[in-house]
Amino acid sequence: MRILLDKFSKSFGSTKVIEEMDLEVGSGEMLALLGPSGCGKSTTLFAICGIHRPTSGRILFGDRDVTGLPSQERNVGVVFQSYALYPHMTVAENIGFPLTVRRMAAANIRKEAAEIAALVHIDNLLDRRPAQLSGGQQQRVALARALIRRPDVLLLDEPLANLDAKLRLEMRSEIRRLQKETGITAILVTHDQVEAMSMCDRIAIMKAGEIVQISTPSEMYNDPRTAFVAGFLGNPPISFLKGMAEGGAFVFGNSIRLMLPALAAIPDGAVLTLGVRPEHFGTSGDVQVEGKVAFAETQGRENLYDVVLPDRSVLRSIQPVRNDVAVGDPVCWSLDSKAALVFAEDGRRL
Amino acid sequence: MVEKTRVSANFSSVPVILALGLLSLPLVLMYVYLFIDTVSNSETGSLIPNEFTLEHWSFLWETKPGKPNIWLVTLNTFVFTSVITTVILLVSSMAGYVLSRLNVPARGFFLAGVMVLHAFPSVTLIIAIFIVLQYIGLYNSLLGVILVKAAIDLPLGIWLMKGFYDTVPWEIEMAGVVDGASRFTVWRRLVLPQIRPAVMALGLFSFLSGWSEFILPQVLAPGAQVQVLSVYLASLIADDNNFDFATFKAVGVFYVIPVLILYVFFQKHLMNIYGGGTKG
Repeated sequence: MRILLDKFSKSFGSTKVIEEMDLEVGSGEMLALLGPSGCGKSTTLFAICGIHRPTSGRILFGDRDVTGLPSQERNVGVVFQSYALYPHMTVAENIGFPLTVRRMAAANIRKEAAEIAALVHIDNLLDRRPAQLSGGQQQRVALARALIRRPDVLLLDEPLANLDAKLRLEMRSEIRRLQKETGITAILVTHDQVEAMSMCDRIAIMKAGEIVQISTPSEMYNDPRTAFVAGFLGNPPISFLKGMAEGGAFVFGNSIRLMLPALAAIPDGAVLTLGVRPEHFGTSGDVQVEGKVAFAETQGRENLYDVVLPDRSVLRSIQPVRNDVAVGDPVCWSLDSKAALVFAEDGRRL
Repeated sequence: MVEKTRVSANFSSVPVILALGLLSLPLVLMYVYLFIDTVSNSETGSLIPNEFTLEHWSFLWETKPGKPNIWLVTLNTFVFTSVITTVILLVSSMAGYVLSRLNVPARGFFLAGVMVLHAFPSVTLIIAIFIVLQYIGLYNSLLGVILVKAAIDLPLGIWLMKGFYDTVPWEIEMAGVVDGASRFTVWRRLVLPQIRPAVMALGLFSFLSGWSEFILPQVLAPGAQVQVLSVYLASLIADDNNFDFATFKAVGVFYVIPVLILYVFFQKHLMNIYGGGTKG
């Protein structure tokens, strides 16, 4: 079902958390709300599921206006960060609780709970209690409980934050599989860009209660609208260099000049920031940059280097494993100026 | 439990047990003699009993002149205590939840007010309460004294329950609401089970408190038909004409038996009241 936020605002007392936010999630789409802590992404989620009441604006599920409806009358499924399983109930009772509340017959509940448990691969655990389950299993129970009532929208509040790294990888594809299989509209709240990029159709990146940019993961990675977006996506992160515009070129360090078409109309002397992703600095490129390796990290398949330029700014480089460079070595590597991103002083992309 | 006692001893426990045993010996002796004296007679000045007798327990099968029947008194005590426990559990578990979780107007005022009420020693109120009960016709009735005792014990219960509710994670309630449960169902089916140990503890605590209450029934319900055991016991020792120490002791033992039984079965739960926090 299509979810629409129309000029949605939320304040707590005099603190404005979200102001006039517009957001549309298409039917069957999975959207990530990505942003640092305190940017209002969880507030948005809680407003959609009805726990927080919007200060102003409307929330629509399909064509139905649910703005004033209490949680109980919206058909939403939520997976909380802490899973929020009911500790005194068995797995089957946990999963079946949304149906128990609707006074469905006990036998039917048991049957449906078993069905949905099979979908998330926990049908052998139905009689256990949450305390007897591992983190990943608890997560699956929470998912099953959210899905059993066939909700209009599935809301996931940092669902992977409490899992260890390996499980996180597994649950990432698992959640995506479930979402695709059930064709449910889903909203994922996370501060982990890897999760957002790998699981979702589109990403809405948020900062201080506003959506900065909303687009597909690859588009957002290659074409960020602001320095904030560029800095948030990508691991290892993009490195930023301070510099100045001079005759249509970006000048930094010991007067290294980068001819950039985007700078044609920028007056000389304007303060700019250049963003270079680690994969665009290294063995191939059109501009030579000299520096000294300050830090090297082996990641198995690749090595990550921090290179300090003479003006003390740092460029990161990720390259296939090589053994000829050590910390302290002077290097002269090339930078791909066509892939470099340039930002104005206020963070706007040029 | 068994493991716990076996582990963690990096010193011998024998001297500790010996020292504690020695220190508590006088107490044990007193209890032993309390019991022995109720089933035996000894010569004046002697500690050694010289005959076995059940005459001190005769209050169980014959009513003493001028005293109410012991079984009626026991029944009264049970009614008094059970009703108080029920009322306290019902009101505290609901009021505690409201004060902990719901956005009620003047919540702070209520919390503070309940606290102030708890600070009042009940004795200071007793004359006022006496007059009020007299005025509304509840003097010398079980109902009156039950209301008063429950009201005086409630603040502690409410605060205690509020403290336990505070430890239940919010997410559980949010999940319940999103799953479509009403606020009452959330409380009854999801939150209350989380604090079951606390409810058990408070119930026990109220029962013991009601069982041992003396001053309120003594002043507000002294009549023969509504007497409770503590008042009955006091009337024995206050009676200068038939001063019978052995019977007094026997009634005392009789009075303490239900408490001992409760302790044997439920002492684990009673510990919870001071432990706090959620379990399991």
